[in-house]
Amino acid sequence: FYIKSMAGIKVFGHAASTSTRRVLLALHEKNLAFELVHVELKDGEHKQEAFLARNPFGQVPAFEDGDLKLFESRAITQYIAHRYQDQGTDLLPADSKNIAHYAIMAIGLEVESHHFDPVASKLAWEQVFKQIYGLTTDQAVVAEEEAKLAKVLDVYEARLKEFKYLAGETFTLTDLHHIPVIQYLLGTPTKKLFTERPRVNEWVAEITKRPASQKILQ
Amino acid sequence: MAARLVLLPLAPPIKPPHSPLQISPSLSNSNSIFRTKSSTQSPTIPITMAGIKVHGVPMSTATMRVLAALYEKDLDFELIPVDMRAGAHKQEPFLSRNPFGQIPALQDGDLTLFESRAITEYIAEEYSEKGEKLMCPGCKKVKAITKVWLEVEGQQFDPVASKIAFERIFKGMFGMTTDPAAVAELEGKLVRVLDIYEARLAKSDFLACDCFTLADLHHLPAIHYLMGTDSKKLFESRPKVSEWVKRITARPAWAKVVDLQKH
Repeated sequence: FYIKSMAGIKVFGHAASTSTRRVLLALHEKNLAFELVHVELKDGEHKQEAFLARNPFGQVPAFEDGDLKLFESRAITQYIAHRYQDQGTDLLPADSKNIAHYAIMAIGLEVESHHFDPVASKLAWEQVFKQIYGLTTDQAVVAEEEAKLAKVLDVYEARLKEFKYLAGETFTLTDLHHIPVIQYLLGTPTKKLFTERPRVNEWVAEITKRPASQKILQ
Repeated sequence: MAARLVLLPLAPPIKPPHSPLQISPSLSNSNSIFRTKSSTQSPTIPITMAGIKVHGVPMSTATMRVLAALYEKDLDFELIPVDMRAGAHKQEPFLSRNPFGQIPALQDGDLTLFESRAITEYIAEEYSEKGEKLMCPGCKKVKAITKVWLEVEGQQFDPVASKIAFERIFKGMFGMTTDPAAVAELEGKLVRVLDIYEARLAKSDFLACDCFTLADLHHLPAIHYLMGTDSKKLFESRPKVSEWVKRITARPAWAKVVDLQKH
């Protein structure tokens, strides 16, 4: 008889992409077996038909678990967090059935998505990825975006004075979503914005030293 | 102190018309709701101190997103205006509700939330048994797919649609001029998103599945504004998208949100 594979998880993406790494982090936190199917971004594979069938917006990552197909990294991580809640690290709040507590984490997911990531990603693009493509960093953009990031991190500093992590006392998806971009920014002068804020600095150290966070850098 | 009270408009809370807690007759004339002279008007003090309060304004797309969810669920609430012109959203006490200084914020009893899409998700979950369903019932797969299209609205549609609405509508309100080159570039991006929606809506009646969910609702405020501009042609020229727009904007709960803008 046919035994359905337990590890039917595939990620279609690129190991250096921040959004792909967001998904890989969730999988590593849960010790889930998966296959990373490499999408050759420099050849435009993500804009070709086979990949567009997986994500019509032509962006990595895309994801499969058995016959469930998803895209958008933050939808994928939320799926993983719920579907495999009982495995590995619980990425949901400690009392996840408490709708109010869940809502607090959901706020953090939105904040990362709309306030932190747009700014942080621009800084990573200017200072890291442009170099890779042989383009020049625009320092005016860096200055402008750093000013915005500083304001966001001031809010984080106040938040983290009250709680160990962004959504409360435990590590959740909210913290996880930040890790890939932060890892890139720590290799740039923007690092100072994180290190000069004591609680943010501690939080960054905590979340980047996690075994899963180390695995995605390999 | 008295002089300061005159300068800061203290508009009384707006009670939506269907609520059993009626505002006093002097305020029931819709024109008076935003009037700032308050010495002769005595607003009815709501009996319940708890209950849902939304801090925002009916014109704001993010506020409208939350109001839509509340009306879909047939929930009582107060809309407490935030004086944007005076910068109230960038000061206390508002900053204690949303440290990012953006409307809306929501209070439900002693819970305070911000970020409109976190608020609507809370409303859908906490009040799942009331009013209309805002998440597809049933299996977890459908829930996962709903999350995909919630992200699509937030990451792909809204950043572009909001900028077009800003160029075509809000700039004019602030005495600035629409930049036609910017509009053209943004519309170029929007059509790529709408082409994907056209293909998607050929497969199901709504974005996530065959029932109306938050994934559709979140689009309503930006669509409402764009349909009042030349950009409406981008929606109308795509048959499935056009049908979907008509379907979601025809919902009674949405009509109530739009109605609040007329006061």
